[in-house]
Amino acid sequence: MNMPAVNPQPARAIEPPIGKVLRLQSQRPKFSLSRAAAIGGDIAARVIPPMIVIALIVLVWEVLCRRQGATLPPPSRVIADTWDLITDPFFDNGGLDKGLFWHLSASLQRVAQGYALASIVGVALGTLVGQSTWAMRGLDPIFQVLRTVPPLAWLPLSLAAFRDGQPSAIFVIFITSIWPIIINTAVGIRNIPQDYRNVAAVLRLNPLEFFWKIMIPSAAPYIFTGLRIGIGLSWLAIVAAEMLIGGVGIGFFIWDAWNSSHISEIMLALVYVGIVGFVLDRIVAGIAHVVTRGTAAS
Amino acid sequence: MTSYLRIDHVDKNFIRGGAETKVLSDVSLSVEKGQFVSIIGHSGCGKTTLLNIVAGLTRASTGGVLLENREVNDPGPDRAVVFQNHSLLPWLTVYDNVRLAVDKVHRSTKSRSERHAWTLHNLDLVQMTHAKDKRPAEISGGMKQRVGIARALAMEPKVLLLDEPFGALDALTRAHLQDSVMALHQKLGNTVLMITHDVDEAVLLSDRIVMMTNGPAAQIGEILDVPLVRPRKRLELAGNTTYLKCRQRVLEFLYERHRFVEAA
Repeated sequence: MNMPAVNPQPARAIEPPIGKVLRLQSQRPKFSLSRAAAIGGDIAARVIPPMIVIALIVLVWEVLCRRQGATLPPPSRVIADTWDLITDPFFDNGGLDKGLFWHLSASLQRVAQGYALASIVGVALGTLVGQSTWAMRGLDPIFQVLRTVPPLAWLPLSLAAFRDGQPSAIFVIFITSIWPIIINTAVGIRNIPQDYRNVAAVLRLNPLEFFWKIMIPSAAPYIFTGLRIGIGLSWLAIVAAEMLIGGVGIGFFIWDAWNSSHISEIMLALVYVGIVGFVLDRIVAGIAHVVTRGTAAS
Repeated sequence: MTSYLRIDHVDKNFIRGGAETKVLSDVSLSVEKGQFVSIIGHSGCGKTTLLNIVAGLTRASTGGVLLENREVNDPGPDRAVVFQNHSLLPWLTVYDNVRLAVDKVHRSTKSRSERHAWTLHNLDLVQMTHAKDKRPAEISGGMKQRVGIARALAMEPKVLLLDEPFGALDALTRAHLQDSVMALHQKLGNTVLMITHDVDEAVLLSDRIVMMTNGPAAQIGEILDVPLVRPRKRLELAGNTTYLKCRQRVLEFLYERHRFVEAA
């Protein structure tokens, strides 16, 4: 209330020191031995605990499975049995007798196709459901019911429809991963702040500009949450689907190993499946991190 | 009677769950070109609703808004708004926030390089060129509001609508920004409609102050002309009798005749 008494001079006088402080901050910190040691210590603090835990698990496993009458092979046995598969993942003896690289790459191709389709259709449907109240009321109950159907329950239906294993597997990936993408996109679109809609209204953005310039960036954190859940589900579904449809693929490799009682090969395949799933998740998370930079903070 | 901007017998009712609340009742106001008009009133009196009706973001229940004798119903860049909470898009840099508006509004009239220059020119007007590559999260509240003003000015609006633009700022920053807005108004001659709840701000900046009664069914209680010559200097006005008289009138209106009634 004492506005006239406020002297605008101090506000201006303060500015130069603020600029100075910023400049000091932006200066790159000088490299020093203590800093390198600190970074090294930081890395060690992250890497050493999982290493110790893994070593302990392997040790317990070794001890338990070494006993007489153990049904599963110990880790030393697994490595000895599968040494050829580990050292040469690229061999190709024709037919289904291929290295693990080829099995994994076949599975990844199916996932890539089904997941890409699910991403495009999922974001489009999610946008529709998020934007239109009518579409939400009409479609949301259907989505809520269908998303609870287990992935493999779709397989017989898709085999009946496509009469071929390859498109059926891709369809199963698609139908498994689409639901979290739709639902998260819809939530993201519904949560676009009114402020951004007002800005768009004042600027008279047309629907296409609104979609690309406001909706997608604003809903990006939600969309990527959906995409990340989706990629995880795709990878879960592909292994199960391939066990049933056969052909080249990591799921079939596991099933084939079981039929030939090569338990060690199953274990090796599980390790690969886990690592690939982890890497897929990190890739989507990494893309999300880059794309949604600045969106989260307002 | 022809004025530049005319708010003509505007009523606004909100209907929620069958219950109807009258927010604005028979509000009429004329603003001449180049005038700086403030609307002041207690919170909840419908000032922002009135501004939104002028902006086209809300429809009036009856009555309408005329700009240069044309009725306006939809939002548009000819009535650019500086929002209370800046409303910058956090994923765009300062430059890109302004450029988005420039590209949209001047696409057909300016070439690419002209639009670039126009964006920089408007950032320069609010002294924000130094932060053009920063994102909104990296600059202060006052700076964000400056960018919001630059974005609105870049649209070359017929009427500039300010919705409590300094409400969220500390006193020093606010004074600094008020001076900037005064200087810009002096330089560009915009027609400005500003919502405020700060008496000193209203008297310092405005040619006319529109005082609103308390809601529900808020009306224009009184309109006060501020006959102070421009450019106005904050320090010189502190002891100016006209300034003090105007201030007194507004204070009396707000705190004696239309005291804020606490909602039970």
